[in-house]
Amino acid sequence: MYKIVKKRALANNIVLMDIEAPRVAKHCYPGQFVIVKMDEKGERIPLTVCDYNREQGTVTIVFQTVGASTTEMAQYEEGQCFRDFVGPLGCKSELIDEDPEELKKKKILFVAGGVGTAPVYPQVKWMKQQGYDVDCIIGARNKDLIILEDEMRQVAKNTYVCTDDGSYGFKGNVNDQIKDLINNQSKSYDLVIAIGPVIMMKFVCLLTKELDIPTIVSMNPIMVDGTGMCGACRLTVGDEVKFACVDGPEFDGHLVDFDQAMKRQQMYKSEEGRAMLKLQEGDTHKNGGCGCSGN
Amino acid sequence: MAIEVDVMKRIPVREQEPKVRATNFEEVCLGYNLEEAQAEASRCLNCKNARCVTGCPVNIDIPGFIKQVEEGNLEEAYDVISNYSALPAVCGRVCPQESQCECKCVRGIKGEAVSIGKLERFVADWARENGVTPKADAEKKGKKVAVIGSGPAGLTCAGDLAKKGYDVTIFEALHEAGGVLSYGIPEFRLPKSTVVAAEVENVKKLGVKIETNVVIGKATTVDELLEEEGFDAVFIGSGAGLPKFMGIPGENANGVFSANEYLTRSNLMKAFDDSYATPIAGGKKVAVVGGGNVAMDAARTALRLGAEVHVVYRRSEEELPARVEEVHHAKEEGIIFDLLRNPKEILVDDNGHVSGMKVVKMELGEPDASGRRRPIEVEGSEYVLDVDTVIMSLGTSPNPLISSTTDGLDINKWGCIVAKEENGETTKNGVYAGGDAVTGAATVILAMGAGKSAAQGIDEYLSK
Repeated sequence: MYKIVKKRALANNIVLMDIEAPRVAKHCYPGQFVIVKMDEKGERIPLTVCDYNREQGTVTIVFQTVGASTTEMAQYEEGQCFRDFVGPLGCKSELIDEDPEELKKKKILFVAGGVGTAPVYPQVKWMKQQGYDVDCIIGARNKDLIILEDEMRQVAKNTYVCTDDGSYGFKGNVNDQIKDLINNQSKSYDLVIAIGPVIMMKFVCLLTKELDIPTIVSMNPIMVDGTGMCGACRLTVGDEVKFACVDGPEFDGHLVDFDQAMKRQQMYKSEEGRAMLKLQEGDTHKNGGCGCSGN
Repeated sequence: MAIEVDVMKRIPVREQEPKVRATNFEEVCLGYNLEEAQAEASRCLNCKNARCVTGCPVNIDIPGFIKQVEEGNLEEAYDVISNYSALPAVCGRVCPQESQCECKCVRGIKGEAVSIGKLERFVADWARENGVTPKADAEKKGKKVAVIGSGPAGLTCAGDLAKKGYDVTIFEALHEAGGVLSYGIPEFRLPKSTVVAAEVENVKKLGVKIETNVVIGKATTVDELLEEEGFDAVFIGSGAGLPKFMGIPGENANGVFSANEYLTRSNLMKAFDDSYATPIAGGKKVAVVGGGNVAMDAARTALRLGAEVHVVYRRSEEELPARVEEVHHAKEEGIIFDLLRNPKEILVDDNGHVSGMKVVKMELGEPDASGRRRPIEVEGSEYVLDVDTVIMSLGTSPNPLISSTTDGLDINKWGCIVAKEENGETTKNGVYAGGDAVTGAATVILAMGAGKSAAQGIDEYLSK
């Protein structure tokens, strides 16, 4: 059992938790992820490592309540336990093993979209700890969905906040913000790391391809085991089929087939909808049906 | 009333009716009762040089336990089996006995072989229902062994080492122990909460600790287990869990699954049960590509989830690698066999979902190096099979996670760990391996045999 030692609401439907998991805390790096299974009947939910404390043996996760399982997960309180918590999974961020001299020369821009700010944070923090200055954009639909801004400001050299509706910071999406930095603020970058909704990563990559800036993205496909034994998380990258859980989750964004990835994310849409209804309305949502078990 | 025995014929085993069982996940084979088991046991000739024993990869004293069954001494029968096997309730169910112990049975020369598997199963089930467990009273050796993987190889190796007095910890990546017994073989062949859980519990009763949710190579490494965590030896029984795909167009469409994913969702995550959160896309018309036992399991699972199911296999019925019993069960339940067919392309609709599968007819040519007749495409014979779900069951290979994170551990060109057959010794001192991680995908009982030999090898190594 894995104890929740801290819980904090970051936004209306975004929750941060510190989980006691010494083996994971000892070995995890930015870029990796964990899988959480709440209880006996729960599903396995992949979540990116947001922070870790090797001494205290804790790992920080951040999740948004998007379906039945995450909604239920958000109801767990400090002191309660998750049944299963496995990790670290996937590859660590490439930056961690890169030659320090090379890394020092690079001007890096992190682009964080919504809850994607959570996986960006440990990478920026790691860069700061190694003595590298990086810029970071945090983007969201509106002010209420901006998370970890104060934390990010402490580790990034420059943090730029933008919202689609202009309710906070720069008005526009992350691409508008990137263009503004480059065109109006005479910034230039050698590398972009973009993490957020697939649609955002796709459009960032279209822009950076035009601008000729190499771009790394972190993919979040459907997963089951997270150890490479099933291929549920497969993606097309360049000409190859990759398993995001073992080959990734980070890939060269200019090679990822985003349209296929988005379609694959929709695979269980109706099942997820049913599960959400079941959670909200109990058994009453079934209304009897026709008995053909097609529901 | 005593059952009449025709010594040439085996006592039939009771099964669920095909039409009924096709709609549920309950066990198909209901097993013998005491009367039936004793009648079947009476057919055993109790051979002096019992050939059946040589056909068993762990060399169970078969006439020995059968004699006890005949006399009704079931606890004694269980003790005999336990001396050789840690998982009799599993093996009695899933071993291909027709090509192991039973194919050597003298009774089988003129009539039907003794139902050794069903008798083993009967004894193990009786022991479970009556709370009889294996005995462990070995003197503690004060040495620690780590076992990686809780499948048949790992459980057997761990159980044997515990019986020899070692302090054993199993590390399992998933949230349940059992390996393929938990995620791969379906409930209707091998019940999880009763049979598998009880056999795992028996291994724990021998003193073995099981740590789930630990991915070796990620959460810790083999080198760290030896250097930092104080283990004196390591056994790698991590299996062959990496699925193969065909590499044909459309394979990443929604509705295309590896058999591993489909079966993991259904068996480990219990997606077939509404009260569990994991979904499964059952499909209305399903094609399972492949002809092994895993293909049969996937097909029969899809059928129970309400689909019309086609098994698409490129050779003919004779070459099907699945057990005859499984093919027979699948046919009884209504699985359609599209033999001598090979997929060329998966057709995809605008939403990215499978809308059909283009297949080509095949014919068999000359035998190849493996002795099997090579399938050749029949030119111009392509047509579209109308399906909405495709399950790829083309075999698996070992996951490179452990070999790639362990210094000095050699693998062969198929990614299998190089280990000596007789004792599991690898190229790294103190590290042993066995089961599918060494051989590639094989059978439960072969993995158990390898776990047993490695336990012997580790004991010799640590006794030096």
